[in-house]
Amino acid sequence: MEKNEIEVDIKVPNQTRYLSLIGKIGEDIAKELDRYNGDRDMLAYHINLVLTEAMVNAIKHANAGDPEKMVHVYINISDLELLIRVFDDGQGFDINTIPPPDFNTLEDRGRGIYIIRSLMDSVKYERVNDGNMLEMTKRLC
Amino acid sequence: MNLKTEEKNGILIIFVKEERLDAHNSNDLKITMQDQFASGKKNLLVDLNDVRFIDSSGLGALVSGFKNAISHQGSLKLASLQPQVKSMFELTRLHRVFEIFGTTAEALDNF
Repeated sequence: MEKNEIEVDIKVPNQTRYLSLIGKIGEDIAKELDRYNGDRDMLAYHINLVLTEAMVNAIKHANAGDPEKMVHVYINISDLELLIRVFDDGQGFDINTIPPPDFNTLEDRGRGIYIIRSLMDSVKYERVNDGNMLEMTKRLC
Repeated sequence: MNLKTEEKNGILIIFVKEERLDAHNSNDLKITMQDQFASGKKNLLVDLNDVRFIDSSGLGALVSGFKNAISHQGSLKLASLQPQVKSMFELTRLHRVFEIFGTTAEALDNF
């Protein structure tokens, strides 16, 4: 691991009650980034949010709400970049077929991936081993 | 989910007493609002002063309440949004949909 790099690798049951735990870990890590020149509180909120959205995606859609499954979250943060990977072992979906929200019609759902895409620099979702991985990165300098 | 309700001048105020309004708890708020409109309430005000974090599911619950209000010829307004919560309404353009007030008192004057 490089200097000033933080790595977190955690698995939690496929249940929404763990959203705040994972979100909080992401938020606390962001607050440790002494060298980050931007608004650290805003970055902390955004990391909490993209982790929450990515986990909900895994829990509800990919793992189809099965509480016996696990969600695996990997976070790597350095002075240069934030990398988040959320793994699920469900059926998966094609992220490129999810349209951006239509701002002129009021839908209850469909803002999660849009939020992730808006706040991160790169987002991809792909098949890995026996499951899927949502990978997102954000430049920090 | 911890919700407190209070009625003032015929307006039902729902205080969301949670730090997070997310996919874990937002359905409770959605159902509470549905029940209130179904029981004949017309005007709802949701106070988000304690909410420090909202995700797309939390926003979705409020959108659901807003649509419910319209279908019952009522209204749903919001008050006391923390800056980061407000920024999520802006990111998703929902600040153009909802009437958002700085305080509950201000909102009550605008029904």
